[in-house]
Amino acid sequence: MKSLLVYLKDYKKESILGPLFKLLEASFELFVPLVMAAIIDNGIGNQDSFYIIKMCFIMILLGIIGLICSITAQYFAAKASIGFATKLRHSLFSHIQGFSFSDMDTLGNSTLITRMTSDINQVQSGVNLVLRLFLRSPFVVFGAMIMAFTINREAAYIFVCAIPFLSLVVFGIMLFNIPLFRKVQMNLDRVLGITRENLTGVRVIRAFNKEQEERQQFENYNKALTKIQMFAGRISALMNPFTYVIVNAAIIALIWKGAIQVNLGIITRGEVVALVNYMSQILVELVKLANLIITVTKALACAKRIETIFEVESSEKNIDLLSDSLENEVHSETENYITFSHVGFRYKGASEEALTDISFEVKRGQTIGIIGGTGSGKSSLVHLLPRFYEVTNGEIILDGRKLSDYSLAELRAKIGIVMQKAVLFKGTIRENVCWGKKEATDKEMEEALTISQAKEFVDGKKEGMEFKLEQGGRNLSGGQRQRLTIARALIKKPEILILDDSASALDFATDAKLRHSIRTMKERPTIFIVSQRAASIQSADQILVLEDGKLVGVGNHDKLLKECLVYQEIYYSQFPKEEVTA
Amino acid sequence: MNQTEKKAQKETIKKVLNYIKPYSIYVLFSIILASVTVILTLYAPILIGKAIDFIVGKENVKFDAIFLILKQLGVIIICTAVAQWIMNLCNNKITYSVIRDMRAEAFNKIEILPLSYIDSHSSGELVSRVIADVDQFADGLLMGFTQLFTGVITILGTLFFMFSINVWITLVVVIITPVSLLVAAFIAKRTYSMFRLQSETRGEQTAFIDEMVGNLKVVKAFGHEKEAIEKFDAINEKLEKYSLRATFFSSITNPATRFVNSLVYTAVGISGAFAGIYGIITIGNLSCFLSYANQYTKPFNEISGVITELQNALACAARIFELIEEEPEVPDYLEAPENIVLQGNVLLEDVSFSYSKEKKLIEHFDLNVKAGQRIAIVGPTGCGKTTLINLLMRFYDIDSGEIKLDGNNMNRLKRKDVRSSIGMVLQDTWLKIGTVRENIIMGKPDATDEEIKKAAKATGAHNFIKRLPNAYNTIIGEDGGNLSQGQKQLLCITRVLLLSPPMLILDEATSSIDTRTELMIQEAFHKLMEGRTSFIVAHRLSTIREADVILVMKDGMIIEQGTHFELLKKNGFYKNLYDSQFANV
Repeated sequence: MKSLLVYLKDYKKESILGPLFKLLEASFELFVPLVMAAIIDNGIGNQDSFYIIKMCFIMILLGIIGLICSITAQYFAAKASIGFATKLRHSLFSHIQGFSFSDMDTLGNSTLITRMTSDINQVQSGVNLVLRLFLRSPFVVFGAMIMAFTINREAAYIFVCAIPFLSLVVFGIMLFNIPLFRKVQMNLDRVLGITRENLTGVRVIRAFNKEQEERQQFENYNKALTKIQMFAGRISALMNPFTYVIVNAAIIALIWKGAIQVNLGIITRGEVVALVNYMSQILVELVKLANLIITVTKALACAKRIETIFEVESSEKNIDLLSDSLENEVHSETENYITFSHVGFRYKGASEEALTDISFEVKRGQTIGIIGGTGSGKSSLVHLLPRFYEVTNGEIILDGRKLSDYSLAELRAKIGIVMQKAVLFKGTIRENVCWGKKEATDKEMEEALTISQAKEFVDGKKEGMEFKLEQGGRNLSGGQRQRLTIARALIKKPEILILDDSASALDFATDAKLRHSIRTMKERPTIFIVSQRAASIQSADQILVLEDGKLVGVGNHDKLLKECLVYQEIYYSQFPKEEVTA
Repeated sequence: MNQTEKKAQKETIKKVLNYIKPYSIYVLFSIILASVTVILTLYAPILIGKAIDFIVGKENVKFDAIFLILKQLGVIIICTAVAQWIMNLCNNKITYSVIRDMRAEAFNKIEILPLSYIDSHSSGELVSRVIADVDQFADGLLMGFTQLFTGVITILGTLFFMFSINVWITLVVVIITPVSLLVAAFIAKRTYSMFRLQSETRGEQTAFIDEMVGNLKVVKAFGHEKEAIEKFDAINEKLEKYSLRATFFSSITNPATRFVNSLVYTAVGISGAFAGIYGIITIGNLSCFLSYANQYTKPFNEISGVITELQNALACAARIFELIEEEPEVPDYLEAPENIVLQGNVLLEDVSFSYSKEKKLIEHFDLNVKAGQRIAIVGPTGCGKTTLINLLMRFYDIDSGEIKLDGNNMNRLKRKDVRSSIGMVLQDTWLKIGTVRENIIMGKPDATDEEIKKAAKATGAHNFIKRLPNAYNTIIGEDGGNLSQGQKQLLCITRVLLLSPPMLILDEATSSIDTRTELMIQEAFHKLMEGRTSFIVAHRLSTIREADVILVMKDGMIIEQGTHFELLKKNGFYKNLYDSQFANV
């Protein structure tokens, strides 16, 4: 939590004034029983109507001042806590935007999303409550005790005894219940898990006739949940009766003690009434404090989780363009556009390399096919080019410069990538495609859509390019989404185009058309096509065959078919021999 | 609230009461104990007041009388505490039992809901009904029992006791109270719209975070970080504005009502004091009144909160009931034969089916498949190939016509028998949370370790399973968790292989596995398909060329039907599709 407190810095004034006003309000509240005691003793005792009216005005005045103080306090608390959360959210979001691919792999998207949303909200309400109540409740409890001391020392000792007892009960039950609530949550998660499973896996469960067993399982989980809920409930149910007994026992003691003191003429009857009132006030505040502590513990846990995200430093290395690296640019005027030399790559935390000793050369404008089994390292290889991941061995030269000498922005501007998963965003088709180029003209849009084979279906929509996509592009089919992601990459007019298995949702006919139209583009980029379909890469200038992260074959289709065993296997598994020769 | 909403709410309340009915004995206890608690709680201040009346001044204190009263007070306090505790236990019992029953019923309904319902609702939404809504409902119910009920009794009891002590001062209290309610209602009304704005904006922000953080890799690939942050900040600022208002205004409620309370307190003080001067009431009674004044206004403040909470709870209950009352699948035909063993002859006669009335899909479709035949279903993306699977598994019921299995009308067989005779491998690999073993034996819970291993070896899954930390006892997380898509697929195939059913449905089963692994699986499948009726959906035309019948689908309809060579000769859509695979562009 400590490191998050900097976001409260701009709200120093509010964070100090808020609790302060709250304390003011509480002090005024503490005066009320005293005023009442005065009314009883002086007003009624001396039959002084004027005094009574005067005192009542004082009480109303105390009330009004209390109201003003408390509203001011609430305002400051709200302002500070919400400003805090807003700043925190902004900087966490920016921090996350700076993460590299490796960071994201280790942290996981869903974790980041929870931190951004519910965790921050939880911290916000924690801060708000702390500013409002954390000082107030203990203040009232001890204030009441001190007021009791001002009335009568002997009677006040009863307060001194009762408060620890009350605290013991309230906090004891609470402490006992916190782990119980965690258990309740765990049981609830199990019930949630099985419910979700039965919805997402409904087809499989029904196909295997598992309904009866699932029901049985659910019943077990449900019963276990109910049992622990009832147990926790039974413990919390003790809170009210226990505190009630303690407070009233204290009141009995107060009356008895008070009676003795009054008899001795040390205190008045009104003061006894005041003492009883103070005792009742304490109870209310302790219960509030207990609830507050539960919220604060939760908020602290959330704050801690948020902090761990902040502690993750982005592993993205972004070099500012140094002048000498620019001079280096022309260090070799080779005809090779891209050179991989002995490139090795290992994912963070992995024990084995995902890519080992990869070397090959690419000329400008070539089409490179990459093929291999699942997990052979095809995607890893193309992810090295935009430096989504940094090579751990060897080096990559792009256009005569080491890849690591480019700034990320410069490098990524050169590359258009279409990823395996077709991701689109809420907004119109135009907005989505414009991710590639912000101020794309209609003509450019049309061109990109035509090449990516998306034009036909976009034109089919009544709204055309203004067709609104729902979140994640849900309202399009997988193939349509994929074509739009291709258009998005094409409109960039990239020097290098990477298609990472991005035609998997397209049928063969569309896939073929797509490849044809990319091939006939005016300013043809250097193209990398990752695929499992031999047909998709068959006609590439160079085909890289990967197996277990190693390059086991480089060459064109005919060469590989003759020389590369792995390629032959792949190819003939898709095009049985007799068919090809026929 | 308009008339129909009111009526709907009444209906919901009726249904809730039905759920509470089995626990009415606890409800009765709860009511009795609540009344006891309240009356005793209210009686205590009277005793305290009496005791104070015996404390008059110096050397004017009646200790005997006070001692007697305090003894009574002690007994009453103990009784109150015990009654309150038992009442709490009753309320707990009622609430948690009721929601347990509701959850169970909701889940049981999920198990028999037609697929059409589940397909058309997001699983998240349905889960939230069973979990979040039920929880919210429990909170409301518990609050209703503990606070609303005791609150009402407290108000009535206090009024009764106050009137019995002094009518005039009581009237003063009664007149001022509505002010507190008005203030609370006034603020609540103002804050409601602000809360709505806040939650709308919060929703907008969450959706945005979901997109941008969830797909951060794409954001980075397009260097879109700055725009994302800018847009985020815009929403964030909006949220700050609305949140501040909502939080501030809602937090005014407390001080405001507290102020009104202090007015009531003062009013009691002033009128009580004057009454005291004229000897109408005693000091003890005044102190009693003062504590009543505190107790009396509190339930009013709480009740307004409880009522919103209850309304919320009712809304949740209504959503749960909506699920519980949803029309289930047509039950199995009553006279369906027991434990029928199917051979795998499938006959579709004049079958028509569509998901919605407006869009016709399959019409008057005939297909005759003999046991052991292989049927391939092909067609471009999104042509509705899965529809046929939905019908064969009886996930959906056909609109007209007949599907006959070994001459039996499918609708007259038990779903269990139909489904257990079909092995299914779907495009979306789905595994349950549990061990690898548990997932494999899904169709055959009594399989021996030998059988499991044999099946896994046949599909090639054994190779990766043995490398897992705990081999067959490795726990797989939600949605397959740590396994690759291909590995998940292999497990799904092993699951079916172990079951060894007479019919198979393979829905693009191999699309996510690389071709070499696929080759391995295909060998296993070849063995499996021997003598079994199989329906195969796949993009790879080469894998289905050997099919006995090929169904070519487009736009949800079956447009061509025949063998590979027949269809090629036909020179139609299939020919087109087939050629494109070899088109060297």
